[in-house]
Amino acid sequence: MVPITTFHYLVVAAILFVLGVMGVLLRRNLVIALMSVELILSAVNLNLVAFSRMWGNLHGQAFAIFITVDAVAQTIAGLGILIAFFGNHETGQ
Amino acid sequence: MRGVPLTDYWLMLPMAELTIFALGTLLIDLMVPRQWKWINAAGAFIGVLFATLCLWRLQSMLPRGATGFYNALRVDRFAIFFWYLFLAGAALTIPTSARYLDIEDEHDGEYYSLLLLSVVGMMCMAAGIDIVLIFIGLELTAISGYVLVGFLRRDRRSNKAAVKYCLLGAFSSGIVAYGFSLFYGLSGGTNLAIIMRAVLGQNPHNPVVMIALLTTMAGLLFKIAAAPFHQWAPDAYEGAPTSVTGFLSAVVMAAGFALLIRILVFGLLPLRSVYTPVITVVAITSMAVGNFAALSQTNTKRLLAYSSIAHVGFMLLAFVAMGTAQLGSAAFFDGFKGILIYQVVYILMNLGALAVITSLRERNVIGDEISDMAGLYRRAPIEAVLMLLFLLSLAGIPPAAGFIGKYYIVLSLIEAGHRGLAALAVIFSLIGVYYYWKVAHAVLMRAPIEKERLHIGFGMRVAVGVTALATIVIGVYPQPLIKGVNWSLGIAQPPHAAALGK
Repeated sequence: MVPITTFHYLVVAAILFVLGVMGVLLRRNLVIALMSVELILSAVNLNLVAFSRMWGNLHGQAFAIFITVDAVAQTIAGLGILIAFFGNHETGQ
Repeated sequence: MRGVPLTDYWLMLPMAELTIFALGTLLIDLMVPRQWKWINAAGAFIGVLFATLCLWRLQSMLPRGATGFYNALRVDRFAIFFWYLFLAGAALTIPTSARYLDIEDEHDGEYYSLLLLSVVGMMCMAAGIDIVLIFIGLELTAISGYVLVGFLRRDRRSNKAAVKYCLLGAFSSGIVAYGFSLFYGLSGGTNLAIIMRAVLGQNPHNPVVMIALLTTMAGLLFKIAAAPFHQWAPDAYEGAPTSVTGFLSAVVMAAGFALLIRILVFGLLPLRSVYTPVITVVAITSMAVGNFAALSQTNTKRLLAYSSIAHVGFMLLAFVAMGTAQLGSAAFFDGFKGILIYQVVYILMNLGALAVITSLRERNVIGDEISDMAGLYRRAPIEAVLMLLFLLSLAGIPPAAGFIGKYYIVLSLIEAGHRGLAALAVIFSLIGVYYYWKVAHAVLMRAPIEKERLHIGFGMRVAVGVTALATIVIGVYPQPLIKGVNWSLGIAQPPHAAALGK
């Protein structure tokens, strides 16, 4: 059984990042594109927490909290904009 | 538990002021009846003036700059220069928006609030030396920007522009955050100085360093709409309310450059050899895309968007000069000076041109096609002449101020030995003259479609007048601005911030 090191966390975060990037660029549905942005920010959080554990200080975790707050704010702004958009157009494409 | 020493709070005084005024504007907006809505604009403007006064006091209290909040905020001369610039940009945007919002029939309290909060975010970006603070500033400005671009809720173009801007903006913020997280991982700290030290010790071709650098740069280049990350700009600029377009293209762009300088020059200088080739390619592509795409535009806001992309390419060339010159050499400082001067000049000319376009908005005319500017000379002669001045400045023709900005950047390129790049930059600028001439032609020579005289509000007159005055003064007598820029770089000049182009 291979011990789980920081590197594994980084790989998972990288995979999430790539999935998020592909989601934003390739998906046509706007709501899913916003979700993909959330995926990217989750990848960032995972990175930060893993590095925080590796270095043994709390800077990463503090940064992660800020990023979480920012992700929430972006989602709210984005959904608000989408609501205004759908109020004027018909489909979700 | 150690706290933050009280003196540190002085450093964020202008930011705190603007936040208080932003929140106050929101409250006042709720309490004020419809015909007194101009109080929102007045309140926001007073907030900006107040913050400028605070900045003035702060600057005289701290001649050498100071760092606070556990080394997160560094209010040095560079930061103070950009803070003045952002406040000037906001002060010029507020009067031009008042009548525009009135015609668009939009509830405007939140508009001014978002504008002020956006400036707070930009101040964090310019003065932050900790990637957490920088990121927060970046996001504050960006999110305020998304809502401002989509402010005209019933206009489909505005909605579309906001969706595009929001999606791509959030995407680029995520990419920057990923880059920042990797830099944290490399260095164990979030301060740019710690990151620089860690990066110095690494082999520059270490894959993690490369990925971190490339993602950070990709995200930041998105923000300033450099090619190939420029796709959002034309639609966002076209669809946004015109006064927001001015703010976005000029002031937010300046913040993006301040950020680029902070991160690339103050933070990641050891990686110069890696990022300079990338920036060279991006700069040339931006100038090419911007100039060639602008040739065929008929919408003035889209034209200015593509011209922004071209200008961004030009400014990025200064980074090339700084990246290949020896530290402390003339080329390095000239490149640095060139960017700062170009920022001031760029804010003035872009805000001016877009203010004129904003004033074209009437009840039944949107006013952002080139044909809408036809015959402006007969409808509003003074404004038409000022518009010509702004176009001259955008094209980089003396004696308008745009020339001074281009001069310094070309000078730094030649001093760094990149004669070919300098020639290329000048050639691209000459291509620009064609599309600026198209607009000038419409203003001067075509017959007006709307025959009536243009009604221009007092605030707009003052804003356009001040901008035009500054453009011509800087073009003819740039010494005070150059002294101001030298001061902000700390090059053996006494503090002289009075003539920073306002």
